[in-house]
Amino acid sequence: MGNGTSIGRVRGLGSAKSGTHHWLLQRFTAIGNLLTVLWLAVSLVLLPDYSYTAVAEWLARPVPAVLMILLVVSTFWHARLGMQVMLEDYVHDHANKFACIAALNLVAFAGAAFGVFCVVRLALGAHA
Amino acid sequence: MATAGTRNRPLSPHLQIWRWGPHMLVSILHRVTGNGMAIAGLGLLLWWLGALASGPAAYATFTWALTTPIGYIVMVGITWAFFTHLMSGLRHFVMDVGGGYELKTNKTWSVLCPVLGVVLTAAFWALLLLR
Repeated sequence: MGNGTSIGRVRGLGSAKSGTHHWLLQRFTAIGNLLTVLWLAVSLVLLPDYSYTAVAEWLARPVPAVLMILLVVSTFWHARLGMQVMLEDYVHDHANKFACIAALNLVAFAGAAFGVFCVVRLALGAHA
Repeated sequence: MATAGTRNRPLSPHLQIWRWGPHMLVSILHRVTGNGMAIAGLGLLLWWLGALASGPAAYATFTWALTTPIGYIVMVGITWAFFTHLMSGLRHFVMDVGGGYELKTNKTWSVLCPVLGVVLTAAFWALLLLR
């Protein structure tokens, strides 16, 4: 194992020195998820019905639209961090691990971008 | 990369070595529900938002799929995963600040987390269906 020397770090041995940051971001996004997903759960209970008109009109309003965008960003960020830990635990081969984490980053960013765009399109009145 | 350094190194004893306890169950449930929601939950969320942004026809397909028996199983499964992950996640927050490591306390909360997850899921669906 790396003993803290610079050549050890170059070879990828020992601590990457970024674990605490990852750990903290997982907690911060967890708080974001807690607030936004509970907001979504309460909103779903309070919606008059689940017809297209009712749901689309609700989500197009400024506060629900912003909260939904925050929900998408927070949940995708949290999922990206959590799935990275899962991949690091179960995918041992270096090349496969790199490929999996690269794919995870692409999917997480693409998914979040799609979700945010859909809310913006709805909120800016594409079907009003 | 440094393959030579990671080969043939001893592994810690895995699942089959330990006697099962509720803290192990809640830890595994946390990972399973989290990764399950990351795939199925976020996928469903994007389908929902995409259908809403695409218009009434796409939304009709979405509501048709989710009101089939499989659709209900998926929705109940995702809400169960959410509340279970929420409870074990709150347990993580308590343990992060150094609380709940005493054996009995730890065991009590480990049993309560999945139970509360099921109770909250039932309560949420009762609210949805009986309103």
